[in-house]
Amino acid sequence: MRKNPSDPAAPGPRRRRGERIRRIGLPYLLLLPALVLELLVHLVPMVIGIVMSFKELTQFYIRDWGTAPWSGFDNYKVSVDFDAPVGKALLHSFFVTVGFTLLSVGFCWLIGTVAAIYMQDTFRGRGFLRALFLIPYALPVYAAVITWVFMFQHDNGLVNHVLHDQLHLTDKPSFWLIGDNSFYALLIVSVWKGWPFAFLIVMAGLQNIPKELYEAASIDGAGRLQQIRRITLPSLRPVNQVLVLVLFLWTFNDFNTPYVLFGRSAPEAADLISVHIYQASFVTWNFGTGSAMSVLLLLFLLVVTGVYLVFTSRGRKTADV
Amino acid sequence: MRSIRAAAVGAVTMSIALAATACGGGSSTGGGSNDSPKTLTYWASNQGASIAIDKKVLQPELDKFKKQTGITVKLEVVPWSDLLNRILTATTSGQGPDVLNIGNTWSASLQATGAFLPWSTANFAKIGGKDRFVDSALGSTGAAGKDPAAVPLYSMAYALYYNKQIFADAGISQPPATWAELIADGKKIEAKGKQALGAEGSNVSENIHHTFVFAKQHGADFFTADGKADFTNDGVVTAVKQYVDLMAKDKVIPVGNAEYAQNQSVSDFAKGKTAMLMWQSASANLKSQGMSDSAYGIAPIPVQSGTPGTGAQVNSMVAGINLAVFKNTDNLDGSTKFVKFMTSDAEQKILNTAYSSIPPVKAAQEDTAFNTPANSVLKNTLATSAAALPQVADESQFETAVGTAVKNLFADAAAGRAVTTASVKAELEKAQQQMPAK
Amino acid sequence: MSSPTSPMAPPRSFIWSRRIFLTLLTGFVLVPVYVMLSSSLKPLSDVTGKFRWLPSGLTIRPYIDIWSTVPLAKYFMNSLIVSVAATVCSVVIAVFAAYAVSRYEFRGKRVFTVTVLSTQMFPGILFLLPLFLLYVNIGNATGIALFGSRGGLILTYLTFSLPFSIWMLIGYFDSVPKDLDEAALVDGCGPLGALLRVVVPAAIPGIVAVAVYAFMTAWGEVLFASVMTNDSTRTLAVGLQGYSTLNDVYWNQIMAASLVVSVPVVAGFLLLQRYLVAGLTAGAVK
Repeated sequence: MRKNPSDPAAPGPRRRRGERIRRIGLPYLLLLPALVLELLVHLVPMVIGIVMSFKELTQFYIRDWGTAPWSGFDNYKVSVDFDAPVGKALLHSFFVTVGFTLLSVGFCWLIGTVAAIYMQDTFRGRGFLRALFLIPYALPVYAAVITWVFMFQHDNGLVNHVLHDQLHLTDKPSFWLIGDNSFYALLIVSVWKGWPFAFLIVMAGLQNIPKELYEAASIDGAGRLQQIRRITLPSLRPVNQVLVLVLFLWTFNDFNTPYVLFGRSAPEAADLISVHIYQASFVTWNFGTGSAMSVLLLLFLLVVTGVYLVFTSRGRKTADV
Repeated sequence: MRSIRAAAVGAVTMSIALAATACGGGSSTGGGSNDSPKTLTYWASNQGASIAIDKKVLQPELDKFKKQTGITVKLEVVPWSDLLNRILTATTSGQGPDVLNIGNTWSASLQATGAFLPWSTANFAKIGGKDRFVDSALGSTGAAGKDPAAVPLYSMAYALYYNKQIFADAGISQPPATWAELIADGKKIEAKGKQALGAEGSNVSENIHHTFVFAKQHGADFFTADGKADFTNDGVVTAVKQYVDLMAKDKVIPVGNAEYAQNQSVSDFAKGKTAMLMWQSASANLKSQGMSDSAYGIAPIPVQSGTPGTGAQVNSMVAGINLAVFKNTDNLDGSTKFVKFMTSDAEQKILNTAYSSIPPVKAAQEDTAFNTPANSVLKNTLATSAAALPQVADESQFETAVGTAVKNLFADAAAGRAVTTASVKAELEKAQQQMPAK
Repeated sequence: MSSPTSPMAPPRSFIWSRRIFLTLLTGFVLVPVYVMLSSSLKPLSDVTGKFRWLPSGLTIRPYIDIWSTVPLAKYFMNSLIVSVAATVCSVVIAVFAAYAVSRYEFRGKRVFTVTVLSTQMFPGILFLLPLFLLYVNIGNATGIALFGSRGGLILTYLTFSLPFSIWMLIGYFDSVPKDLDEAALVDGCGPLGALLRVVVPAAIPGIVAVAVYAFMTAWGEVLFASVMTNDSTRTLAVGLQGYSTLNDVYWNQIMAASLVVSVPVVAGFLLLQRYLVAGLTAGAVK
């Protein structure tokens, strides 16, 4: 079990011992920089964050957080008490975020995949289009989202100008940044920003599928749609597994988009959990509660990831991850 | 086997974390010293048209300070989007500037952290005494009954800006002095096809500033005397309803303003779309948007009846910037000297002229520079009819909770849903429940 | 070998549906970019005015003002330095770590990969305070200033992009056949030599892909940059907010600055996208 499959024949006994030591130590050595950095920048702060969730860490104690009083599970109780306003708001925010993330990831993946499939065959302007499609990914988040804020304005925005003034689809201009439509505004902005990444990953995944498979299939008489269903999608499964998981985690935790779009108080319909936790911690100086909410979020995402990996790894080696 | 490895990782992490716990907040419990008497770090807030302009305004003054005292001041102008975050990290870690600007509404919250130097009588004596400062500005420097956590630096107040041309076209000769007059004028203006009053419905701070004033005018307060949140008393509910009714019932605020949060109402006013605007010291802003000084007039914000004054005749909150010193500074004497310098009569005149604000220092206020039509209204408001926002530790929670409640009510009004006393009370009830239990 | 009218040629219906879809998609992508462009060419008072497809009163003034309102050039250089350094370090460290996971069996492998993944589940804002505290404590204990310096930011960003980079590189290395490794080892290179001479060259596309991701992560990060930089080390993502002052928000300049700083990034994309496409391929195929 510890034998390295690519062991060459050891030249001699003394060399063998030295090499064996080096070989056993080598993976750990290679891993060391990553491990040290992850510990320092990710793991220790996370643990500190978890510790903070058990303390009553408000502005009164922030100066020397070590001396803040332990509050046991109080912060958690407040967050999970779904009858009280704080807990109720958190639960509502949670459901909104789940709905938003599923829709956003779904659309990003769909648009990205369809675009990637369409761009497989060479045609004039393909390279140019490929670069064009990456622009939303390249633009600074602040400016891109603010542009959408302008476009969604009630009186002067492009969206209402087109929908109401030009196409006469609505009888009066709608509100996009407040009220129920804010959910759809958020979704549109998120998909606009996120689909190029999915496009990139899927496009790369498509390169690996041997052309012979398609040729054989079309000789057998399979149409395009059938080829996509029988060859493309199954071959993309490993790519998609990673992509969808990563998109889900990133979209769920996305802070910049809703914050720039709505400021620090999002309308109820679009109250994403990341802004909600920011409000509960930074804005109100209550880091104990904010940390508790984050830990709950972490636990939820761990469960989701675990379930997801189990389901999608059925039928594949689970040797690595 | 695997679990041993996992446990090892866990143990290593825990021990490092515990070590970090022990270190806590750095030198935060220290009481200040004079270890580096020759340098000071100063975080200034952005008060001018850009950060570059702020530097241009401040640097000559800092050079003057150096000539007087030999202390070099390292200046950093921090944009508003970052300021609170940086104060937070500085407070937590003990790693920050010596002197800094803070928004005056943050005073009580920051005071509660214990990170700022309290301005006791002894400390005030070092800068010339407490009574050099205007009372209303002092009211915004920390919780009542405690030593102020900061010293007033620049002051601002709200005023009613009105478009002279639109008023003339609608046949209105004088700006409204009461709310009833404002609504009547608004209807005349609307009849001529212009919008009457602008508001930033989605800006929680603006919502708070106005509803606070309305509440005062109804003789009510958002907090009880012992600092408990009380958003559902009749006075507050009536006040909030009156403000939202400007859009919902009286229709003087156009529905589109419910989503304004990027100062669009100021742009509308500058472009001549709106006739009136209630804003803090808007002259500099209007000028950069191309509106000339002669196109608009400035008047005190209306009251329920009578003339502006104290108590129920308040018509503005005290806006401003305070100057604070971090308790664990390593140049205590130098910081105090710097505060003295910045609040001296001479510097107050120079800086407040540059920033179009009003000096909170009585002697400096007398200067003729602050008697221009624009400034005199603001000066009088500050001196006679302005009140400080509640100086409670949960001030920012209050702002977010109630400001969001008003934002939601405006959204209801914009969508055409009814805004009743009951619905207002329900929203305020929700906001109150979000305040921490006392 | 393939005939000119091969059955591989897409049918007319496909070509037409493709044209429609791609046209709509292009519109969707470009409309906001057009709004940005037209806003950047207007005087400030016009930006918040009624929307018109063809703006009147164009001016190039914003493109001149952006350099003085905010020290854009300095911020650009800071962002460049931080992002490039973070990218280079991140890629090197990820390559080593991914090689270890891909090529060796060792205890703790599963724990490592799962732990690394779990870091993506914690909201970023809650890292802020503890991380800052940690940096300050390290600074006090060792004298190495990690806050307020570019070094601290580089350290932070390179770690942020490690999890995804390691994941992708593991998969990509997995698809480079181990026979190549063995051939190199037989030739007398140590395992490190095998890595550098065989695996890395075969994986250049995947490495480029990961580098692009790491760069974009560092380039666009706002929250940590806002508290960990001071005047002289501020990066672009935070600096853009400097156009939003107490009184005014210079919308036209924000748009102009954003377009200006994105041009090099998109140009970089154009140059690298060929490698990117081939690269991400086997990166995720396990």
